[in-house]
Amino acid sequence: MVIKAPDRITYTDGHSFCPGCGHGTAIRLIGEVLQELKLEEDSIIVLDVACGGMPIDVWRYDTIEAAHGRPVPTAVGVKMVRPDQPVLAYLGDGAAYSIGLAETIHSARRNDNIVVIVLNNCVFGMTGGQMSPTTLQGQVTTSSPNGKNMESGGATLDVVKLLSSMDIAYLARGAICDAANIRKAKKYIKKAMEKQLNQEGFSLVELLSPCPTNWKMTPSRCADHIKEHVTSIFPVGEFIGKEGEQV
Amino acid sequence: MKGNEALAEAVIRSGCRFYGGYPITPQNEILEYISWRMPEVGGAFVQAESELAAINMVLGAASAGARALTSSSGPGYSLFQEGISYLVAGDIPAVIIDVARFGSGIGEISQGQCDYKLVTRGNGHGDSHLLVLAPCSVQESVDLMMQAFPLAEKYRHPVILLSDAAIGQMVEPVNLPEPQTVDINRDAWTVKGCKGQDESKKITNVFYYMDDYNSYLRDKYQKMQEEEQRWESIMTEDAQLILVAYGISARVCKEAVRMAREKGVRLGLIRPISIFPYPGKAFKNIPDSCKALMTVEMSITGQMAEDVRLAVNCRYPVYTYGTGIKVPGSSDVVRYASDIIEGKIDKEVF
Repeated sequence: MVIKAPDRITYTDGHSFCPGCGHGTAIRLIGEVLQELKLEEDSIIVLDVACGGMPIDVWRYDTIEAAHGRPVPTAVGVKMVRPDQPVLAYLGDGAAYSIGLAETIHSARRNDNIVVIVLNNCVFGMTGGQMSPTTLQGQVTTSSPNGKNMESGGATLDVVKLLSSMDIAYLARGAICDAANIRKAKKYIKKAMEKQLNQEGFSLVELLSPCPTNWKMTPSRCADHIKEHVTSIFPVGEFIGKEGEQV
Repeated sequence: MKGNEALAEAVIRSGCRFYGGYPITPQNEILEYISWRMPEVGGAFVQAESELAAINMVLGAASAGARALTSSSGPGYSLFQEGISYLVAGDIPAVIIDVARFGSGIGEISQGQCDYKLVTRGNGHGDSHLLVLAPCSVQESVDLMMQAFPLAEKYRHPVILLSDAAIGQMVEPVNLPEPQTVDINRDAWTVKGCKGQDESKKITNVFYYMDDYNSYLRDKYQKMQEEEQRWESIMTEDAQLILVAYGISARVCKEAVRMAREKGVRLGLIRPISIFPYPGKAFKNIPDSCKALMTVEMSITGQMAEDVRLAVNCRYPVYTYGTGIKVPGSSDVVRYASDIIEGKIDKEVF
């Protein structure tokens, strides 16, 4: 068996992800899906800034690095003038659910024919691990040093609950924690891209991801934490657009 | 045609094929007109959820090669600032229309010229300056709109067309130019897919890592200073006092110059058409007869006076007749200018 990175993924220079970071896996999954669907030369990808912007250095797809929290409207602008080309927005939980939440919801409301991949690691990574809307109750972060609670940080935002009433093409959540879940996450990304090719509209795939640096855990402990705890708050699976079932 | 509608038609005829915008008075006619006109030419229209979304949609569409535009007025223009800064950082050409209204905060929907500092000094964080064109008639709105995208593409830089509520709402006869179209794939740098290319196109806003980025950006602004200064000078050769005004106030000043001269008061007028770069060249040959300059503008604090002082290197007193929310009256302009000439006005601005 030969394990080979997708042709247009180049980890060789410029990448500065922390050891055990989920971005590397997510990037690879996106690369594998684009290659398997033969979309790598047609696709246009829009990234966020900070950790979510670093994929620009490790792949060779046509890419825009948008403003923080604005990859979704930027991707909409691209898609509206190039409707026949696959467009994918890749951003973190802070971008998609905090500063860019309005843009996320309104793109879903319009059922824009784009794919949105949200890497949810429950913190603002690049800025030092402050709490985000998806920070779990009780989670210690640099801006919730005594553990996040309703008084200090409000409720924990679950995008599935938020978007489940909307008329969109696809909504799924995967987890980057073990081989089985990673394979499932890839399937979700692939399905989302296929739905875009079928003109079905807005797809959002959330990927629960480790952030060893800011969680202050080893990569293997992060994986256990996602399996044991994070997925109990954020269940994985397909929630809208699951084939063969009524939504 | 109504100013805003003529401008909207010029947007289409300039080859623009993406518009994203959010309703705000007094520019709604632009959004409404483009909403039905853009699909006729095969372009894309979206009423965005906010000005923030709109400017970032423009960034995406322009990065993908389309001529892309958004429009707003004061409060909405404030929300564009983030995206404008990213357009500058990414070297992305786009056009933004500001149909200025009056005031800070929600202000008033009536005409105003108090976005001057925002469009010439603001435009987000960083060393962001935009090329700003300020028409004073419906015809000039159309004519400058037709130049806006070619200028944006010449510099790979966003361009602002600064109109105001009066010009946007007035009705004047207008000659519409022949429609232009451009190929969405005309430029090598835009994202379009990387078929047949080993490397891909990357639009980033971290060009400042380049060794020569400082000189690159300075040279770009310098070239604008050298090549894009635009203005109109009227009877400045023998003037005792030179009025300086742009946009709707400049129309009043043209009338004021004529009225003053009938009374034997020799006024002149410099009308900046580009306000960034500011037309400093217009102030190089001020006659010995000139005792002072006077900006006429619908701001409270005389926002443009600073640029005039710089243009004359503080060699002349620069007064401001700032009318705030009211359109200046030509006879009032003549009276104030005469008082300056007669030494009756002490304060230059306040």
